[in-house]
Amino acid sequence: MRWLLPDGIEEVLPSEAWHLEELRRRLVDLYRTWGYDLVMPPFIEYLESLLTGTGHDLDLQTFKLTDQLSGRMMGLRADMTPQVARIDAHHLRKDLPVRLCYLGTVLHTRPTGFNRSRSPFQVGAELYGHAGVEADVEILRLMLETLKATEVGVVHLDLGHVGIFRGLSREAALSAEQERALYNALQRKARAEMETLMSEFAVPAGLQTRLAGLAELNGGIEMLDVARERLGDVGPNMLAAVDALQHVADTMSRYAPDVPLHFDLAELRGYAYHTGMVFAALVPGHGEEVARGGRYDNIGGVFGQARPATGFSADLKTLLSVASPPEAEAASGILSPWSADEGLMSQVRALRSAGERVVYSLPGHGDSPADLGCDRVIVRNGERWEVTGIEDDAE
Amino acid sequence: MLQGLTIALSKGRILKESLPLLARAGIVPVDDPDTSRKLVLDTRREDVKLVIIRAQDVPTYVEYGAADVGVAGKDVLMEYDSDGLYEPLDLGIARCRMMVAGRRTEGRLRRRLRVATKYVKTSRAFYAEQGLQVEIIKLYGSMELAPLVGLADRIVDLVDTGNTLKANGLHPLQHIADISSRLIVNKASMKMKHHVVKDFVAQMARAVEVTGRAQSQTRSRGAEAGD
Repeated sequence: MRWLLPDGIEEVLPSEAWHLEELRRRLVDLYRTWGYDLVMPPFIEYLESLLTGTGHDLDLQTFKLTDQLSGRMMGLRADMTPQVARIDAHHLRKDLPVRLCYLGTVLHTRPTGFNRSRSPFQVGAELYGHAGVEADVEILRLMLETLKATEVGVVHLDLGHVGIFRGLSREAALSAEQERALYNALQRKARAEMETLMSEFAVPAGLQTRLAGLAELNGGIEMLDVARERLGDVGPNMLAAVDALQHVADTMSRYAPDVPLHFDLAELRGYAYHTGMVFAALVPGHGEEVARGGRYDNIGGVFGQARPATGFSADLKTLLSVASPPEAEAASGILSPWSADEGLMSQVRALRSAGERVVYSLPGHGDSPADLGCDRVIVRNGERWEVTGIEDDAE
Repeated sequence: MLQGLTIALSKGRILKESLPLLARAGIVPVDDPDTSRKLVLDTRREDVKLVIIRAQDVPTYVEYGAADVGVAGKDVLMEYDSDGLYEPLDLGIARCRMMVAGRRTEGRLRRRLRVATKYVKTSRAFYAEQGLQVEIIKLYGSMELAPLVGLADRIVDLVDTGNTLKANGLHPLQHIADISSRLIVNKASMKMKHHVVKDFVAQMARAVEVTGRAQSQTRSRGAEAGD
């Protein structure tokens, strides 16, 4: 029998598991120092509350089953963000800004990304109740801190805003189906394809140029001026979106002057639920984004409280695979003989509470300290038990 | 190498027709790609390398960042069906059409048509859009044979001159899409190397324009001479 795991499902084995756990602890501690409270949403819940307001993609990514108790459909979470939004809107119901963080495994029906994983370990932080750019900046900074803590190396930021495409598409009075077709072409920056589609949809010429032009509105900070010029006289909301990006860029260049910024007005990740700025972090040598997020105001409305919201999330396993592997740690531990002796037991207890790793050599096994990852041993010295190095023991 | 550019190309028609465009951007392979057995070719521009792979693999290499940019046929991209790539430019080379073809004189057809193709996803989507339930048979080549030996009622394949179809007693029935090669770009490269990549896309756009103009001039001159 070969015990193979399903595609995209992986187990994390010793040493790597320690590393993952260490990162997890480091991140929880980091979020705590930033004032973010930890929440643990359930692994499984009714489908409606998992999927409300999230869009078709998440629906396809969610494993589903029938609850034998209620006959209702349940889903295994494929993304924790909507769960956290529900917790904020339904349980906490505060008027103050609320900061929440979360970590846990999510399941996807289909493998995604370079790792082809279906069981990412999601980490993220969300900030509710503040509509200003300051909240976006805080989330961006916390995302950068997260990437720093996981030692992924040089990070690039990509910033966009869904408001511009959404505004133009509304002015063009596109149907939902037409908007989806145009969106798909824009995500591939297939300008020629967009133009063909728009002539088909009879979009007015001025709007056609502006919509198709989005495919080329990407680049460094200078692009924002080009965008203002090219968009010309559009609704105030769209220019406000460009200004918001400018504001974030100015602030970020003070906080993190060495992080290269890239702007892309056609990058509309999570278009179904994002409402404002969207962003992602990229790392050289890795062909896809390693962390992402954005603003998703009012998603909590259906759960009882519509609030401004912004946040980011990442897959810790991806971050781990991108980060340079930790140096192999030298074995550290103390091998103790097995004995019911009172003195030995208290000695072992004292060593363990001091944070030492103490392993008993169980009777009947001639295991050497090295086999059990130990570099020291406990030996009896008259009435007392003493810790000595292995070299001494060998002499 | 961080700011360098890796270009994925496939052997055959795409390579042959891409090289003149690349040459306008100063990108000329040092070794002759037809005779060289190397898979990674240096070019006269020190920062640019070519990788020569199978046509169907080009989108995969580019999506995952093994190459920054690539040249892939629209047929391959339709079948690859991913929005994880940018397709900013139609290079206008390796033009042909994707068609449904069948026998000129047909006996009784199956109630559920059987379609032989190597474009499984694209064919399924094409028939699904018309509300037709068909059986798709995946073949890797010589599609034209399938209707002759009764393996399939229809084929979906690329048609250039139509001579192969004619020689096998088949004729084109429906037009699915016009095919040409696209410049594709890795999303992360577009963002992290945007100067290099955008320059390259702009150079290629100019090359396409210049070539297009030259071709239409030749054509009109040819027409005049014919008069």
